[in-house]
Amino acid sequence: MTSDSRLEKILEEGHFAVTSECGPPRGVGPEVIQKKGEILKGVVDSVNVTDNQTSVVRMSSWSAGVLLKQMGINPVYQMVTRDRNRIAIQSDILGAASLGINTILCLSGDHQKFGDHEAAANVYDLDSIHLIQTVKLMRDDKKFLGGDELKGEPRMFIGAAANPFADPFEFRVVRLAKKINAGAQFIQTQCIFNIERFKKWMEMVRDRGLHEKAHILGGVTPLKSIGMAKYIKNMVPGMDVPDELIERIKGVEKEKRAEEGIKICIETIQQVREIEGVHGVHIMAIEWEEMVPRIADEAGLLPRPAAQ
Amino acid sequence: MVIGEGKPLQDVLAMVSQNKKIIVAGCRGCVTVCCAGGEKEVGVLSAALNLARQKDDNPIEIHEVTLERQCDTEYLEQVRSFIDEYEAVVSIACGAGVQFMAEMYRKIPIYPGINTNFIGVTEQQGVWAERCQACGNCKLHFTGGICPVTRCAKRLMNGPCGGSTQGKCEVDPETTCGWQLIYDVLKEQGRLDKLEHIIPVSDWSTSRDGGPRRIVREDLKL
Repeated sequence: MTSDSRLEKILEEGHFAVTSECGPPRGVGPEVIQKKGEILKGVVDSVNVTDNQTSVVRMSSWSAGVLLKQMGINPVYQMVTRDRNRIAIQSDILGAASLGINTILCLSGDHQKFGDHEAAANVYDLDSIHLIQTVKLMRDDKKFLGGDELKGEPRMFIGAAANPFADPFEFRVVRLAKKINAGAQFIQTQCIFNIERFKKWMEMVRDRGLHEKAHILGGVTPLKSIGMAKYIKNMVPGMDVPDELIERIKGVEKEKRAEEGIKICIETIQQVREIEGVHGVHIMAIEWEEMVPRIADEAGLLPRPAAQ
Repeated sequence: MVIGEGKPLQDVLAMVSQNKKIIVAGCRGCVTVCCAGGEKEVGVLSAALNLARQKDDNPIEIHEVTLERQCDTEYLEQVRSFIDEYEAVVSIACGAGVQFMAEMYRKIPIYPGINTNFIGVTEQQGVWAERCQACGNCKLHFTGGICPVTRCAKRLMNGPCGGSTQGKCEVDPETTCGWQLIYDVLKEQGRLDKLEHIIPVSDWSTSRDGGPRRIVREDLKL
């Protein structure tokens, strides 16, 4: 074990892992996070805490992670390289570790153009692969990027993201390999709507033996409405929502469309689970966390095992 | 070359609002090529300023001059004989030229008449695009001759982010993803193996981050 992460234990024990996520509030109140935590507690193994997602300012991910930690939830500390240089990054990793955070997801982050501070400077001193290397260096070699030794080590289970739906498609597995070579131990993918493309990607992952070097968790998102499906398809770069899926939701009465979205999500989880090399699912119910318990239950993912 | 574009006339008018006698100084270097600060633009800007001030019944006297370059002292010397007769200079050279003139002539304000945008190329008549951020540590040999620092909105070093879709950047569907370009050219050259290696953490000390940069060539100094 490289950490005390519950997620690492679950995966290393060979269980099919379930993670979810919650976005911190745009304010100081802890109750928003606590409410989401109550919904997700016991239903998933770990909860990702997003880091100013879509470049909209929110409570910092480590602090919201600590709030979850206090409730007995294993937070996955998402960190993007957009807003911090290597000094701040390493400092935050030390701070997070000192507060008991033991699982980190290394990301480059959405460009600030998408957020509420378009005029901001972006940093990108490091990219996501460098961030993975940095956490690993600090943990395994007890060193800072600058070369000095640090006292103790941040025992972090290191994760990264992969998007099988972005382009160039053939390069996506190469990029995954780079992340795993850099030190990523688990991978959470972008939302899977196009299962055929995901299967093709997993085939390429297996061809390189990457599924044996890191735990891959397939990302799923329940679609609430046709509007949401179309928005994701047309407005969110790097997302692939096939027309058949939109047609399927369109095919049911308006008031039953959210229900159909849940059904699709559950089916996707079941299909993803059958794919060789997939070790878990990451359920991203965007501002719809209350549906996660039902999705997990009906997908046959409950009860969650107690990690030894 | 350095690419710039004219500031809005209103901005320049505001800068010179208190002045009656000014110099508008162009440059025959990069900004002439990108049609932002050459002799022609000196004429256009001066005419526009004249017209606007006449309309306000507040005429302004303008001395038009275009120097060979504003980034060399020997050419900047050429205004010394008459600059004292004026209250201000609007320089439409790049930011380097404006500053170098301001360093040489400290008695009057030197105003910028253009915005300096980037180091770039002429893609086609009337279209200029950025190609270099002058990071001081060229990595083009790793990346198929396409710069990730410049062409990627996140200056990522190890491949396209998850927002690259059908060859376009997540920031703007009109912008080509720099990493898609890198991938395509290396594929054409049969060098995709280059992309398997991790390009290490960058040393930005050679970039803006290291403070204002300077090159001293002892072999060339007089």
